[in-house]
Amino acid sequence: MEKKKKRKVEAADAMPKSSEANWQWLVHRGTRPVFLVVSLFGLLIRAAVSLHSYSGAGNPPKFGDFEAQRHWMEITLNLPPKDWYTNSTSNDLSYWGLDYPPLTAYQSYFHGLFLRFFDPDSVALFTSRGYETYLGKLLMRWTVLSSDALVFFPAVFYFLYVYYYGRKGRNTCDIAWHIAMLLINPAMILIDHGHFQYNCISLGFTVGAVAAIFSHKDLVASALFCLALNHKQMSAYYAPAFFAHLLGKCLRRRNPILEVYKLGLVVLGTFAIVWWPYLHSSDAILRVVSRLAPFERGIYEDYVANFWCASSILIKWKRLFMTQSLKLLSLIATVSTFLPSMIQQIRAPSGKGFLYSMLNTSLSFYLFSFQVHEKSILLPLLPASLLARDEPFLYKWLTHFALLSMFPLLHRDGLTLPYIVLYALFILFFNTMPGSKDLEVGKSSAAFRYLIGVALLCSFSLHIVYLTVTPPKKYPFLFEAMMMMLCFVQFVLLAIYSNWKQWRLSEDFTKSSKEKKLL
Amino acid sequence: MSQLWWYIGIATCVKLLLIPSYHSTDFEVHRHWLALTRSLPLSQWYSDKTSPWTLDYPPFFAFFERFLSLFAPLVDPKIVHLHDGLNYTAPTAVYFQRATVIVSDFCLFYAVHRLGRNLGPMARNLIWILVAWSPMLVIVDHMHFQYNGFLLGLLLLSISFLMEGRDLAGGFVFAILLCFKHLFAVAAPVYFVYLLRHYCWGRGIVRGFWQLFVMGTAVLAVFAAAYGPFVYQGQIQLVLRQMFPFGRGLCHAYWAPNFWVFYILLDKVLAFMLRKLGFSIEAPMASFTGGLVGDMSPFAVLPLVTPLTTFVMVLLALSPCLIRAWNKPQRKSISRWVAYAYTCGFLFGWHVHEKASLHFVIPFAIVAVQSLEDAKHYFLLSIGIL
Repeated sequence: MEKKKKRKVEAADAMPKSSEANWQWLVHRGTRPVFLVVSLFGLLIRAAVSLHSYSGAGNPPKFGDFEAQRHWMEITLNLPPKDWYTNSTSNDLSYWGLDYPPLTAYQSYFHGLFLRFFDPDSVALFTSRGYETYLGKLLMRWTVLSSDALVFFPAVFYFLYVYYYGRKGRNTCDIAWHIAMLLINPAMILIDHGHFQYNCISLGFTVGAVAAIFSHKDLVASALFCLALNHKQMSAYYAPAFFAHLLGKCLRRRNPILEVYKLGLVVLGTFAIVWWPYLHSSDAILRVVSRLAPFERGIYEDYVANFWCASSILIKWKRLFMTQSLKLLSLIATVSTFLPSMIQQIRAPSGKGFLYSMLNTSLSFYLFSFQVHEKSILLPLLPASLLARDEPFLYKWLTHFALLSMFPLLHRDGLTLPYIVLYALFILFFNTMPGSKDLEVGKSSAAFRYLIGVALLCSFSLHIVYLTVTPPKKYPFLFEAMMMMLCFVQFVLLAIYSNWKQWRLSEDFTKSSKEKKLL
Repeated sequence: MSQLWWYIGIATCVKLLLIPSYHSTDFEVHRHWLALTRSLPLSQWYSDKTSPWTLDYPPFFAFFERFLSLFAPLVDPKIVHLHDGLNYTAPTAVYFQRATVIVSDFCLFYAVHRLGRNLGPMARNLIWILVAWSPMLVIVDHMHFQYNGFLLGLLLLSISFLMEGRDLAGGFVFAILLCFKHLFAVAAPVYFVYLLRHYCWGRGIVRGFWQLFVMGTAVLAVFAAAYGPFVYQGQIQLVLRQMFPFGRGLCHAYWAPNFWVFYILLDKVLAFMLRKLGFSIEAPMASFTGGLVGDMSPFAVLPLVTPLTTFVMVLLALSPCLIRAWNKPQRKSISRWVAYAYTCGFLFGWHVHEKASLHFVIPFAIVAVQSLEDAKHYFLLSIGIL
């Protein structure tokens, strides 16, 4: 008996806190093995998800995003740059015409070269439409995997290095958990490696820009963010935050005009380099721009958890207003909702405030902008993941409802099993957070916890209902609408909370500067 | 234990994601055995020739397939149809079969839990990682398709019993394992010598014989439960012939990296050199790279290798281990001896698959956490095998 007691006592002493114990075997060797192991595991998960189906698989005549990307490789490979955005006999813009800025086109060109080297039939002009073979799919998946590994992963490491460098009380377990949260990001993996897109490139450049801002290299940051903008115009969701933060910083320098001038030069220079083939005439530029902003598609398409779609139950926007007035309305709504965040950053720029600002502006755009897709929820998710250590509950809640809002899309793509598995992996890794016992929820009131429980129960039952029950004939999209309503409410609540937190930061800022003045 | 669930959760998630990956002919083999055991009576299990994939595992595995086939019709009855189900690879079949492997892996997890119970937290975590997250096991079981996780779980369970000093339980579980897959019998000499010395010897003649009697009865009871029905049908010769197909040749189609490869290479080199020197050497009639071909001698110069030769070589290689086990039967060395036994079997055995390397890498993981030397050896071994 005594021996057993001794062993138990020894075991209890030797055992670290339960939430950290999962990392202990790795962390005691330092940070570099942690980076290596977690990123290799991240690559494994991405490769495993790639085995599954993709958007529009086996679905003629239009297929889906996979075919769109392959078609862009075909077009960019076989036609000169000036013809990429023009309607012609070789380039039928109604069959997946290019609708991203030139950097996507250049990226498609390079990936097209790779595909042509191994399988020329997959990118032959005209004849490769609807090309679906094992080798073609393998090569396409490799292009996403390599882009992820070459752009997103290094950006994440750069960010984490800068974020935790010199931070007091930092713990290798914290860093390990944060790496896992950034790299095992279920929404991004499902969209990029399942549905098939290249968000990793534009999000990678954005993370690089954020990291550059944290290490006070503003010019590099603006160059990287311009690259992100030139890859996907949706990165403009972050533009107000970058603008406000950089402007705020410039105003605090000795010579603000010079700083702004330098930034402007870098931005214009980057744009000029990327848009070089189209700079010869304003006609060419306008042609590209018109492809980037397809206003004729209406204020919303399908069911997305934003304001216009949610309120369309009561106010039929598309029927009551013309597209012109809707454009103006959405512009006013978006700008007025991100303006407070911008003002805060101009007045009191700080690293953490910048991340909150990114979250707020991207949420405003998502909720109120024109022609928003469900996949755009990836944009608010990115700053939330960067903030994960400081706002773990916010990140978990946003991920949960972001996934729910994308569930109908992923289910249509045949990605239900990866969805469930990646969500399970996310929860498993989330629960290894060091100090998880001090989580805010635990300290909060019973009423709050009750509401959380209700929301979770609703979302789980919606998943099951969507999978098993057929909707009534009169309302074939009833369940999608219910999901969107639930997600919309949660996103609005999160936006309010995050704006409040950002303003709190500036209060602390003024408080501490007042104290400094007193001292 | 709750911490182990985290490792199990991650492993299961990865396995679930790998469901649509490549699977080999072993997938069809196991599917056919599901159909076979369900549709035909016991007397025809080993004699049926509907498919080239005849049953070549001992009876307990056949009973296991029978048990699994109870659930298959709930998913899709065509999986277990003897003729319609041939080469059936519809998603329902894939999901069902993959699910059975994932669930049967819990046997491995239980064994690993038992092994790690009495160790310090660092060693325990390492064992869980090396075994539950073993990449070889994931590749062979969840992609190529086999049930090694389940079988290795039984082996590790038996080792854990022996390491706790519960010899009777250990021997009993090992006997059960032998009736699942006879390939594990390579370690039988080690078990026999260790149990004889540790369990039966040194307690006086009467007690010793009593222990021997108890152990013998337990083992014989297991074998009777497995082979009994077939002895009753008079089919025991057929069963043994199916289980030991020695006509398959010294080396598998894809050569396993063992001693016989060197032997073959040596033979070729010698033949070449001797021909150059002017001797007349006949070219051999059979070839090594041909794969599964009969018993004709493929050797030009060196003496023929028969199954008996390989058996004797394995025993010779094992002998230092057996002598050590007899002289100093220590509980904590048992996993090292078992790993060594399977290594000998791999090096000198007849018709060895590369997959057999799993049998010594996994038990060696237990040894690996005991010292840095062992950890280095383990690392080299597992990398080399991959």
